[in-house]
Amino acid sequence: MTPFTKVPKQVEEVLGNLNGTTSRRNLLKSAGMLVVSFTAAGTGPLTQEAKAQAAASAAGPYPDPDFRQLDSWIVIHQDGTATFYVGKTDCGQGTGTGFRQLMSDELDIAYDKTSCIMGSTDNTVDQGGSGGSTAMERDAWPMRRAAAEARRVLLEMGSSRLGVPVDQLTVSAGVITVKADPSKRVTYGELVGGKRFNVTLTGNNVNAVTGVAQVKPVQEHKFTGQSPQRYDIPAKVDGSLKWAVDVKLPGMVHARNVKPPVAGAKLISLDESSVRNLPGFIKVVNKGNYVAVVCEREEQAINAARQLKANWEKPATSPFPSSENLFKYMRDAAPTSSSNPIVVGNPEAAMAGAAKVIEADYDIPFQGHTAISPAHAMADPSNGQMTIYSNDMKSYGMRTGVAAFLGMPREKVRVVWMEGPQGFGRTAADDAGCEAAYLAKEIGRPVRVQWMRNEETAWDTKAPAFAVKMRGGLDAAGNLVALDYNALAADYNHVGYNEPDTVLIAQLQGIRRARPAAGSAATPSEMYAIPHRRMTSQVVSLPMVWETPLRTGNLRDPNGPQSTFASESFIDELAAAAKADPLEFRMKLLTASTTDDTGFKRARSIAVVKAASEAYGWDKRPSPKPRDAGDILTGRGFAYAFRGQTIAAEIAEVEVNRKTGHVWVKRLVCAHDCGLMVNPEALRHTVECAMLHSVSRALHEEVQFDTEKVTSVDWNSHPTLTHSDVPARIDVVLVNGDPNPKRPDLPPYGAGETACKPMLAAVANAIYDATGVRLRRVPFRDARVLAALQTARV
Amino acid sequence: MSNVTLNVNGSMHTLDIDPSTPLLYILRNDLGLQGPRFGCGLGQCGLCTVIINGVATRSCITPVSTVKSEVTTLEGIAKGGKLHPLQQAWIDEQVPQCGFCQNGQIMTAKALLDKNPNPTDAQIREGMNRTLCRCMTYYRIQAAIKRAANAIAAAPPSQEVAEKEVVA
Repeated sequence: MTPFTKVPKQVEEVLGNLNGTTSRRNLLKSAGMLVVSFTAAGTGPLTQEAKAQAAASAAGPYPDPDFRQLDSWIVIHQDGTATFYVGKTDCGQGTGTGFRQLMSDELDIAYDKTSCIMGSTDNTVDQGGSGGSTAMERDAWPMRRAAAEARRVLLEMGSSRLGVPVDQLTVSAGVITVKADPSKRVTYGELVGGKRFNVTLTGNNVNAVTGVAQVKPVQEHKFTGQSPQRYDIPAKVDGSLKWAVDVKLPGMVHARNVKPPVAGAKLISLDESSVRNLPGFIKVVNKGNYVAVVCEREEQAINAARQLKANWEKPATSPFPSSENLFKYMRDAAPTSSSNPIVVGNPEAAMAGAAKVIEADYDIPFQGHTAISPAHAMADPSNGQMTIYSNDMKSYGMRTGVAAFLGMPREKVRVVWMEGPQGFGRTAADDAGCEAAYLAKEIGRPVRVQWMRNEETAWDTKAPAFAVKMRGGLDAAGNLVALDYNALAADYNHVGYNEPDTVLIAQLQGIRRARPAAGSAATPSEMYAIPHRRMTSQVVSLPMVWETPLRTGNLRDPNGPQSTFASESFIDELAAAAKADPLEFRMKLLTASTTDDTGFKRARSIAVVKAASEAYGWDKRPSPKPRDAGDILTGRGFAYAFRGQTIAAEIAEVEVNRKTGHVWVKRLVCAHDCGLMVNPEALRHTVECAMLHSVSRALHEEVQFDTEKVTSVDWNSHPTLTHSDVPARIDVVLVNGDPNPKRPDLPPYGAGETACKPMLAAVANAIYDATGVRLRRVPFRDARVLAALQTARV
Repeated sequence: MSNVTLNVNGSMHTLDIDPSTPLLYILRNDLGLQGPRFGCGLGQCGLCTVIINGVATRSCITPVSTVKSEVTTLEGIAKGGKLHPLQQAWIDEQVPQCGFCQNGQIMTAKALLDKNPNPTDAQIREGMNRTLCRCMTYYRIQAAIKRAANAIAAAPPSQEVAEKEVVA
């Protein structure tokens, strides 16, 4: 066994400091003798895990933790504390605290006696890391079942120890007691502290993992539904947390990339002499159009990357239209793919028979992740293995991607996940991990790489631009009888998760997969009962497919805000055409049917819309309202959507300055139903921030480009929400709209993204209510709003 | 390269360094501090904020040769094993999402409160405006600043009490 199977000391310290526990590796090392004696007690001579480890050790030092071993999920320490090992990462919503609450409940241990370790590929089972808001909805289930199984096994051990049948025992806070004689007791720590369970679980995949025990009814949970403070926050405010950016290793060096000056440029030559004599210079690394400079110190690498002289040849044709001409280009382009339209009834006939037909086009530009910290990673190539210290939200995917990219066995590669800036999909398509590993292999020393701000803003993965055409027909009574949704998304060659042939370094090195990802455009997600409708989604491609800074990837609720901006703005336009209150108009569409899905999404939608209306104090009237007399025009707008089984109804109240075009979102309300609420306060905060993320997209965010390059390169040219934009009041109403709200199997649904979805439309609808002017092009920057007000003579 | 002497959180450090090096890289890479972080290198986002002479200063664009006074970082504002009231307010309000920008938020807020212990909402918005958060925790940041201002008013640090008495 090489010394590299151990987590480096400084990372042990990180994990230990954060979680107040000794590391798994130390535990298992020190427990070696105890494992033998425990095994001799009859749990089998050689476990599956041991077999797997023996087989894998030939291939490399980092075999996959076996998800069918209880020991992979839970370690009980001699002092009675427990550490949970989960294959998830946290993008900042505090999911680790939620996992601890749920697992503590199932294990019957005090919450504050537990800790949670996440997302390091050699220490925690592969649950995929983060993505799709699946933490509580999907991935907490195997954790709960493993914890329930641990409790069952501990009760059996307690039964043997105390000589009393299990049904005569009770357990609370990690102490097993004889019901008839409470003086007879044994703790979890005394039973298994520092030892392995050696219990094999069943299940074909990690999501199906289970033991014999059943999980508890949620009513028996003590910690779930409470709001313990997030355990990760204190170290984030006192400066003690070691983030992925903080990793330091002996002999480490620093790298910076040199990106092509215009998209599609081909590197003709490099003049290494332009940097060779700079202080700290080590090497220029180049393959294809990928260029990086490596120096001893960070500021030296930054300086050398700026000074490196390179000769680039521009492409013969423009890689893309300018952002000014983007939507015309998209509408004129032949789609690269179309999904089969979703058709209900006979929309054309219904449209032809409608008393009134209206139509509108909506444009949503490319919007960036623009994470607050540019991409970064550290890679250590020592002893023929590769360790990447990374904030990648899909650390397991990165491990597989790096191994394939470098041509190394997976068992020689591991990713140690550490905290970083918000994920939101950017770090699922992380670029720095592959770059650091590649450079470390080239240099033979640990390499830390970090992108500069202009690189990150220009070259990060983007949410695709959408051009949506909506058409709707009303009957003479103002009922919506036909709706046609037709979306075009500039999403061809959508980037995947750390794939060795789509990460940017691979693209720049000339690697191409035969068939780029088709991409997708979303359809609206609401439960309106509309007798005739058609929903079409098509993808278009820009001229340049590879090595483009306009590469698309997943951005929080991918495509949801774009699609919903069009669909929920248009519902408002239809309500206005029918001279109906926009909330009442929607409620009529929701209640026009009583059929529902297995998650009661229609019933829960109605409950959520009602809750938002009540929390805001919505007075029924059509939009727009009679215009205010002064310079400040006020209005309110509503929008609603679901994502999976989570539902959000949102109300934005705005002030529009008639003289400047400035929009202030003064008040926000969100009613939100995600089923079982694990930590209501953490949930509330996540919903607040998700709403504001979309307010930022509504008011500020647009990736701009000319016909050669992205010109949004910093916080001035890709502005974001600031402190001045913050609403005076935000109300989040947490709803349990299940028809049987106290059912013992009430499931949790994802909560990280849904609240992003309706907000662009809610803001547009509020601006319309205030001004009578309909904005159909995002973002609503002052100049655009002012121009629209002036055109309409407001 | 030349010898540069820095007072950081009350400790003196002498380094043989290019004097044009931005302070940020020295704090992080030579002194091992983790509070100030790189966000833009342009002085636009505030992640790298430290306090020098009572002023919230962007260390990513501050050459080390220009630093003549004590540098206070996030690690240096807790006193006597007790968190600064702003740090405590950040925990009480559960402000962070990812937390990566919060060094800049807390240090900018500290410089603000040190100058103006009882800011209005408008003054908080103005004072914090160029300090960015991409998780959008602004609403709770502003609540936490008000909470901290109240806590400081209710239990002022002894030094400030003494100063007030002198003024009175």
